[in-house]
Amino acid sequence: MRTMYKFALIVLAIVLFAGVAGCASRQPAGPVTIHVLTMDQAGLKPAEIDQIAREFEAKNPDIKIVMEYQSYDFIHDKIVTGMAANPPAYDAAMLDVIWPDEFIKAGYLLDVTDRLTPDMKSGMFPASWNGVTRNGKVYGMPWLMDVKYFMYNKDMLQKAGIAEPPKTWEELVEQAKTIKEQGTVEYPIIWSWNQKEGVVCDYAVLLYGNGGEFVDKDGKPAFNNEKGVQALTWMKQTIDDGLSNPSSVSADENAVRDNFIAGESAFAVNWLFQYSDSNDASKSTIVGQAAFSPMPVFQAGADAGVKGSSVDGSSAFAIMATTPYPDQTWKFLTYLASNEVQTKYSAEMLPVWKVDFEGEALEKLKAATPNNPVTVPAFLAQFPYAYERPSVPYYNEASAALQLAIQEALTGVKSPQQALDDAAAKWVKLAGQ
Amino acid sequence: MSIRKFSRKFFLSLLTLPVFFFIFFPVLWLFSASLSNQVELFTIPPHWIPKHPTFQNYLDIFFPSLAASSVPRTFATALLNSIKIASAVTIICIFIGSLAAYALTRIPFKFNRPIQLGIIATRMIPEISLVLPLFIIASSLRLINKPIVLILTYMSFALPYAIWLMAAYFQTVPVELEDAARLDGCSRLGILFRVVMPISVPGLVSTAMFIFLLAWDEFFYALIFTSTLAAKTVPVAISEFVGRYVVNINGMMAGGILAAVPPVLVALIFQRYIVRGMTAGAVKG
Amino acid sequence: MATNSIKRRLTLREQDVRTAWLLLAPSLLIMLGVTLWPVISTFILSFFHAPTGINQVRTFVGFVNYIEMLRDQLFWETIERTLYFTLVSVGLELTLGLAIAQLIHSRPWGWKFLRFSLIIPWAVPTIVNGAMWRWIYSADFGALNGLLMQLGLIDHYVPWLTLPDMAMNLVIVADVWHTMPFVALVLQAALAGVPEDLDEAAAVDGANAWQRFWKIRVPLLRPAILVALIVRTVDAFRVFDIVYIITSGGPAYKTLTITYLTYLNSFAFGKQGTGAALSFLISTFTIIMAFVYIKFLYHPEETQ
Repeated sequence: MRTMYKFALIVLAIVLFAGVAGCASRQPAGPVTIHVLTMDQAGLKPAEIDQIAREFEAKNPDIKIVMEYQSYDFIHDKIVTGMAANPPAYDAAMLDVIWPDEFIKAGYLLDVTDRLTPDMKSGMFPASWNGVTRNGKVYGMPWLMDVKYFMYNKDMLQKAGIAEPPKTWEELVEQAKTIKEQGTVEYPIIWSWNQKEGVVCDYAVLLYGNGGEFVDKDGKPAFNNEKGVQALTWMKQTIDDGLSNPSSVSADENAVRDNFIAGESAFAVNWLFQYSDSNDASKSTIVGQAAFSPMPVFQAGADAGVKGSSVDGSSAFAIMATTPYPDQTWKFLTYLASNEVQTKYSAEMLPVWKVDFEGEALEKLKAATPNNPVTVPAFLAQFPYAYERPSVPYYNEASAALQLAIQEALTGVKSPQQALDDAAAKWVKLAGQ
Repeated sequence: MSIRKFSRKFFLSLLTLPVFFFIFFPVLWLFSASLSNQVELFTIPPHWIPKHPTFQNYLDIFFPSLAASSVPRTFATALLNSIKIASAVTIICIFIGSLAAYALTRIPFKFNRPIQLGIIATRMIPEISLVLPLFIIASSLRLINKPIVLILTYMSFALPYAIWLMAAYFQTVPVELEDAARLDGCSRLGILFRVVMPISVPGLVSTAMFIFLLAWDEFFYALIFTSTLAAKTVPVAISEFVGRYVVNINGMMAGGILAAVPPVLVALIFQRYIVRGMTAGAVKG
Repeated sequence: MATNSIKRRLTLREQDVRTAWLLLAPSLLIMLGVTLWPVISTFILSFFHAPTGINQVRTFVGFVNYIEMLRDQLFWETIERTLYFTLVSVGLELTLGLAIAQLIHSRPWGWKFLRFSLIIPWAVPTIVNGAMWRWIYSADFGALNGLLMQLGLIDHYVPWLTLPDMAMNLVIVADVWHTMPFVALVLQAALAGVPEDLDEAAAVDGANAWQRFWKIRVPLLRPAILVALIVRTVDAFRVFDIVYIITSGGPAYKTLTITYLTYLNSFAFGKQGTGAALSFLISTFTIIMAFVYIKFLYHPEETQ
């Protein structure tokens, strides 16, 4: 019997220990607490966003903001799990431009059309509203505008005697050959073609640059027509010819940046962040050597009237539909997007308001950081030609099929035509479900 | 020592060299990378020993206020959380798991077999499949982002493991020892605590190591169930070193070295117990 | 007297059973909450078409999710890949683990340090392990390329992770490095418990080291080997974290394992019914594998 008592006591002790160790932090009662999920270090740093949150709290003492910062790769999963709970784990979250369709269908996003003020609608870039508007209803607030840029290493081109960066992809191939023959770098071009969303972004750039499209006006897959196949074949050819780094097939955007700023490539297509990293002496060996040029297009595309081609990679804040505090959340989001906040931090992140890109404000914006005189004009030049990826609720699965197809073609498992045809068949099946 | 014995020992010792190389090449490279700055990390050919070694990566973690980005600053807290959670899981699982394992291996009763099979069967489901239902439960109990939620959810896979492993060890305890104690008038519980447990210390410690590392290692649950520093663990902190716009591989390597230290320390402390042989002599006579 | 001793025997038996339930109670309680309920709800979900979402209708579809999976070519290719990973990975771990365990047991110089060092790969968290190996395999800056180049085995850097036939093997190496120590240590502990007198007697009878190893030690290690085997096989088949970190299933899905496919369905594609069905299909496979082992492990021995 004594052993039984001892035993029961020990079990009790352990359970208590676990309980105490675990339930250390308690939720404070009182003001309304808003949970916001956002991307870590994209645009504004967490310290800066925290500062904005504190400023907001000072102006609104009955609202408390709890920010959570996550890498892009995990945000989608956290939103999905967060929304499984009631009340949801988040009141607001940052969305990538490709998620609204899926989330709207899942009922995650709150319709905010009626909350918008007229100057919001006219004051921000229309293109950034496109990302969050479906069927005339608006589901979020634009936050970070980003597109894919074409960057090249000025010094390497100069060394090769090339006067101007390429205007067409065909020109790029010629220039890359020259640089390769010179021996400056072994693989002049680097891409983010690994089996993630990045490869679809790159493919989108090339596809539209060839005058192609993802779906035709009837909504049927069009990327497996001759234009799409040409773009994919071109991708493979540049690897076979030793111009595109073969590691592109396993590289993501971070790897592209790493490669470019280490001076291992002359041409790199990437999001805006690569430029400021290239000028960061603590990381880069090519400080001052990077430059922008409008994204090239294919000769065929230029002939067909395509003036520019890039892909939209913006993000927006959305209110989660089941939040118990939609009004307070909206208040915070409008504060985040307000002109005063945006201009205050314009050194870190391009503001979403058109007015900041006009006249005197433009000059001020350009002077805000050492990189801005270059990045702001580059943005203004490239942004108008940013295409969207297909707007369908099953986008993740469709994109996965396309990612697989491109990878199969690049690794030689299937021919480009075969791979794209299989992906197109999958898209048709998904659309039918 | 005779020549034969010496040459045998020499030969065996030579064999340890490739094993050491296999174990240490990646680790030393990890360590070397943690001592590099970013520019040096990206050189071709790689600098096996950094030309400009720096402790900055470690300093960033230990002296957070000086760190440039938020990730190293919060690493120490994540380390503490991991230690708390892994220890709690290990202690609970070893204790109640060994009790259950003993009951299952030594006491015949009606539901013994079905329970055994049930425990094994629950191990078969991939952990990620249980995330959503567990999240819903945890959220309705308001446990999200508290260390207790990880302790409980880790038990869903750690406890069956502990029972399973301990059962295997108990099976190697000679029944004669227990029969001898029974003849001496010991109750079942008495046999368990006075005879079987002391002999099974190596098994208990090995299982404890395994459970500790299982909990220490876990990534996906920690990612989903925690959101802020209150409960963030080391694997999640490590994952944040490389984000979409960040290159801090050398920081991550430093974090990785530090992340391996607590389990290694635990192993060092309990090394003696892991291999103390059984008292086989107790029944010989 | 006779009646008294019969009574005592019965009570002892009953007491035993009661003790058993007492010992099992805490474990069962915990598992009821954190394992049983989620497993049951996932099982139920597998019979529904359950798109992720709040206002989503869940339609009962019976076995449709299962049948669709079993008809899907990607499913079978993935099972094949996962089996390859499991067999090669566990085979390597067992071989290396046994060899190293025996090596330690034979007490060469520095054996204590060797046994201690084994903890290190095991102690490195999977995510660090994955990131580290991904860095080692890096096409442009990786240590593997650097080493092979300096040894003169290759003349230019190879983009290892992009090679469809190599990628899985590279993930296997990374996984074996990390988990082999567990097998080695389990076997080593078991070896330490093997009575030496049997071995010595065999040596006196003229058996050489090799024979002694295979005919005496290994059979005595059987329980430990089988535990390690079954644990590792079930875990290897369900591998997820390391694939997530190193290759994300690529290139061209060449490293896509069955659990990763489940993850994609449940999280990325929003098809929770399909994900649940996949989970149970995986369980079926692992249960079959475990069953095969159990026949050897749980002998109908000792206590009645």
